[in-house]
Amino acid sequence: MTAGSTSKSTPLLQVRNLRTSFNTPDGKITAVAGVTFDIHHGETLGLVGESGCGKSVTALSIMQLVPNPPGVIEQGEVMFDGTDLLKLSNKEMQAVRGSGIGMIFQEPMSSLNPVLSIGRQITEPLEVHLELGKAAALDRAAELLNMVGIADSRQRLDDYPHQLSGGQRQRVMIAIALSCEPKLLIADEATTALDVTIQAQILELMKNLTSQLGTALLIITHNLGIIARYADRLNVMYAGKIRESGTAEQVYLNPAHPYTIGLLNSVPRLDRPATDRLDPIPGEIPDPSDLPTGCAFRPRCRWATTQCEIDEPSLEATGVQNGRTDAQPANAPALVACFEANAVATSIEMART
Amino acid sequence: MTAGTGTASASATQERTDTSSAPTGTPLLSVRNLSVHFPLKRGFIVQREVARVRAVEGISFDIYPGETLGLVGESGSGKTTAAKAVIQLRKPDSGSIMFDGQELLGMSNSELRPIRRKMGMVFQDPYGSLNPRMRAGDIVGEPLKVHGLAESGDDYRTQVSALLTTVGLSPGMAERYPNEFSGGQRQRLGVARAIAAKPSLLVLDEAVSALDVSIQAQILNLLQDLQDQYNLAYLFIAHDLSVVRHISDRVAVMYLGRIVETADSKDLYENPLHPYTQALLSAIPTPNPRLEQSRTRIILQGDLPSPMAPPSGCHFHTRCPIATEACSLTDPDLRQLAPNQAAACLLATGYDAAPSPVSRV
Repeated sequence: MTAGSTSKSTPLLQVRNLRTSFNTPDGKITAVAGVTFDIHHGETLGLVGESGCGKSVTALSIMQLVPNPPGVIEQGEVMFDGTDLLKLSNKEMQAVRGSGIGMIFQEPMSSLNPVLSIGRQITEPLEVHLELGKAAALDRAAELLNMVGIADSRQRLDDYPHQLSGGQRQRVMIAIALSCEPKLLIADEATTALDVTIQAQILELMKNLTSQLGTALLIITHNLGIIARYADRLNVMYAGKIRESGTAEQVYLNPAHPYTIGLLNSVPRLDRPATDRLDPIPGEIPDPSDLPTGCAFRPRCRWATTQCEIDEPSLEATGVQNGRTDAQPANAPALVACFEANAVATSIEMART
Repeated sequence: MTAGTGTASASATQERTDTSSAPTGTPLLSVRNLSVHFPLKRGFIVQREVARVRAVEGISFDIYPGETLGLVGESGSGKTTAAKAVIQLRKPDSGSIMFDGQELLGMSNSELRPIRRKMGMVFQDPYGSLNPRMRAGDIVGEPLKVHGLAESGDDYRTQVSALLTTVGLSPGMAERYPNEFSGGQRQRLGVARAIAAKPSLLVLDEAVSALDVSIQAQILNLLQDLQDQYNLAYLFIAHDLSVVRHISDRVAVMYLGRIVETADSKDLYENPLHPYTQALLSAIPTPNPRLEQSRTRIILQGDLPSPMAPPSGCHFHTRCPIATEACSLTDPDLRQLAPNQAAACLLATGYDAAPSPVSRV
């Protein structure tokens, strides 16, 4: 579970100052506005935030699947296993997708091709990336289906996506994503559309398989509970930037950014008494084409000062003044992008006692 | 949440033979043995019925004035169909729906109209449930026109402004169109429309499911304020058990068209009796990593069976971690197992000892 053992080596993925924007009729929208984080070998990282915060665009930028136009990756570095993915040609990138990084999306029905049998869809990457022959690829495909918990895997290879249930389709997606044994699996809201009992099955499957295979896992979701259950570390995003980053224990037990605190107080929780009132974050998510100046969370923040209006806070270790946005070992202090972090911590402490 | 509702209890039993803990007062809504079936037809000119989907099969529940009943279940459990039958958007096949002392089944549309005024509904999709060509004020005010509740144009405008203010929007927004509102604001419009005709019951079908968590909390607080203010009863349908626990006084859990467990909210979450409820609760991750590491998770095997061909006996036996052979043969009734709790499970503790309303096979 803990990422401590792997933190000494170079991270598997290093995202540095990534900036992705979209040109729309209403003007330029910066969906990802300078994001920096690492994923270590074999660890599970969570990327959490509400709709429009840039978490999916971050993943698409890593995979270079941002539709262009209107999307543009303006700057940054995505170092994966020693190469900068942003500098690769389309063809080179094609080799990384699938064999280096696998990805699972929210909607399994639209990610699978409805007119190809699932056997064909699983064998395709095997033939392309691993250069297996037809028969070997079919054998491997049946093994993979077995691995993701689909019974009678031989027969099921001839099935088409519409013959499978939502949960089974997502299992097939996992089989395809893991077929070439990638070093990183990105799951973008992969269980959001599923029923809770099926969601639990798929999440357990993903977690078990990635830890067996030593695959790193990036879970992107709006569900704070899923991250708490499965992630070693997490990044909280709001309006295109990471606002807080740390281990699950750090962020959930001692949230430091006002947005994280607000999120955790907004959800009804089974681990707290069913109190009569929730404490929601006031206001709404800002219009991405017209972000507030300074800290984008300022208009909804009860601790905001005039400094928050003028400057943008950078991601810094809590309680430490000098900014260290570089690689953070697993036991590093949590990082928070807030000028008032100390005042916030004090008032939270006061409220507790 | 509201006073004097915690006593509702015996309401859950399918047969009203058990009157030992009869609740005080009269229920606002009393549903008995409600069934809704969808025929599946084949044939080009002459259509034959080839199968039936028993979307809702013999469910019973009560809702008292000012209280919230949560209805939870996964997709295909029949919770939305049940709600639509209650507000008569779909005719039930059998059963009884008593609302405000009147039997709704068999009523004509003209007879239903004055009763519909007292029932409001809020839908899941705040984008699809508002007419994009109507101004916000007219959307909210339409029930006033339909039911003739405004005395004059001025009165109409005053009422619309008051409604918008009640749900946290400014009266000036009445002139805008739905596309000018955010998702949360649209759901506020949906709530304003639902309460416009001063109903006594609101049916909320996944009303907060599509919203981001920070907005969801705002709407949940709004709903609780409105309930306190107007003594509204809620039938709150959702798949998110944490949200249901937060807002409900009592909860009914549905699986493949049947209620498998019903209890006071506190009892259901502290001591679930049905294995399905137990699995559902354990499947919900909480935002607390320490707790998550220590919790035992019941991971159910397999998919939800098709409602077209539900399993024999107890519908849940194919996925149940403790099922025995008897479970595939016997269809358990919902029986009172604790003062405010009933479950339909042969293996639930105390099931044998409980008075059986129907002899078992």
